[in-house]
Amino acid sequence: MANMITTENVRFEYGTNSGSAKLALDDININIAKGEFVAILGHNGSGKSTLAKHFNALLLPGAGTVYVKEMNTKNEKLLWDIRQTAGMVFQNPDNQIVATIVEEDVAFGPENLGIPPLEIRRRVDDSIKTVDMTEYAKHSPHLLSGGQKQRVAIAGIIAMKPECIILDEPTALLDPVGRKEVLNTIIKLNKEEGITIILITHYMDEAIQADRIYVMKNGKIIMEGKPKDVFKEVETVKAAGLDVPQVTELSHRLNREGLQLSPDILTVEEMVVELCRLK
Amino acid sequence: MPVKVENLTHIYMKDSVFEHVAIDNISFEIQDGEFIGLIGHTGSGKSTLIQHLNGLLKPSSGKVFIDGEELGSKEVQMKKIRQKVGLVFQYPEYQLFEETVYKDVAFGPRNLGLSEDEVDARVRKAIELVGLDFDSVSNVSPFELSGGQKRRVAIAGVLAMEPKVLILDEPAAGLDPKGRDDILRGFKRLHETQKITVVLVSHSMEDIANLVDKVLVMNKGKIAYFDTPRNVFGEAETLEKIGLGVPQMTYLVRELRKKGYPIADCINIDEAKNELLKLFKR
Repeated sequence: MANMITTENVRFEYGTNSGSAKLALDDININIAKGEFVAILGHNGSGKSTLAKHFNALLLPGAGTVYVKEMNTKNEKLLWDIRQTAGMVFQNPDNQIVATIVEEDVAFGPENLGIPPLEIRRRVDDSIKTVDMTEYAKHSPHLLSGGQKQRVAIAGIIAMKPECIILDEPTALLDPVGRKEVLNTIIKLNKEEGITIILITHYMDEAIQADRIYVMKNGKIIMEGKPKDVFKEVETVKAAGLDVPQVTELSHRLNREGLQLSPDILTVEEMVVELCRLK
Repeated sequence: MPVKVENLTHIYMKDSVFEHVAIDNISFEIQDGEFIGLIGHTGSGKSTLIQHLNGLLKPSSGKVFIDGEELGSKEVQMKKIRQKVGLVFQYPEYQLFEETVYKDVAFGPRNLGLSEDEVDARVRKAIELVGLDFDSVSNVSPFELSGGQKRRVAIAGVLAMEPKVLILDEPAAGLDPKGRDDILRGFKRLHETQKITVVLVSHSMEDIANLVDKVLVMNKGKIAYFDTPRNVFGEAETLEKIGLGVPQMTYLVRELRKKGYPIADCINIDEAKNELLKLFKR
């Protein structure tokens, strides 16, 4: 399958106030295929967000190379093509909404791309429909719930027709319903629209929805694989400052007490099936 | 009794087209030393409620008492109330501003007009209470610390005021799982050793289940439940209807019951482990 994002030996250092440099990314080599849904996990300060900002040239590598669909992010001439290919959604929807009416906010991106008005109209309507916000198209964004605002922010990105969307903890500020709405929207974009998704999250129940997971620790990738394969390494995941889904932890502990359960349980349904098998 | 709310109503933008009843005639009491979880979906009135508890908002009608004193009455000094009730907002690290951790934590106590010795003692204690090492952080700029450490410093600033009631609005939001465990365990310890009354606002039902004595559930400006976690999470269907959920272990129990297994209510992993071992281990 074609590559969407490739990094080769990427290093990145931040300067600090005291003059010393902090190595935020240390020799990162990853490959994300077109159409994949990838989750990136890691403790605070592990380098996740720094890495994500390399995916649409908000940051450029200190050493190594990042390619977005074969486009080298260091090539300034390609900057707008890169940003149009890979769109980014941040944690706080209030920082991303610029207009006073939902549909005007969604239109902001395509307008800046110089797209003809009729096409903008079509894209805005389609994008708002994709995130299930048609009912609120004429509303003022600041009166919406967090989940709704975040979906408007996502619609604003989809209206630019990116092939890849990078979401940096998009649900951190949302209540359980808002989280579910946004996660379902993300899954839909991936499965129905074929958009490549890179989701940075601290929620393990979101990560289990991904095709593949990268785990970061101190600027390095320390684990990579399918959710089942990553989370069954309960100790390694915990040592990285992360957690596993509660049922995974439960099955792990029951296993130690002598119950023969499969080590790669991720959901309540799987746990129930496994337990029923015991009797 | 530290906190008593009587027939509290709060209406935003009253008598305008935007009029919105955020809190609708609620009453409850929080006893000394209780650890209360406050849950409710966005817009349910949680934030409006906690801002009444230290007088940042005034009731449209009804009364709020802290330690028997009615907020808003002429005799009560709001400054004293805000000292008794410490409110930690979401993302409190955005409120850090001083050049060293020490100065930032000392800002509140200094404004109380305490002696430098007393300020020093409080700063040391507060920094230790949030699990930071005084000697290694006190002279560092708070802006050079990690996200989780910054948040602890901000919380230490509130603790240095020695509040009797500590209100925490989603203190673990945005922290990684280990960071959230550390900080929440810190509050539990604080609650146990300092006998502080704690009100914890959280969207994580798992955290609520593990930490609190009682859960106050808000829905559309009213109290839906005010009971122990076990009783509240027994109402899974209703909680889901009002935009909340129950801990994953509670869902597991529900699914197993549907399959006919006689399993007792569980709200955390330890309980579930014991119950399942009883059922399945020969």
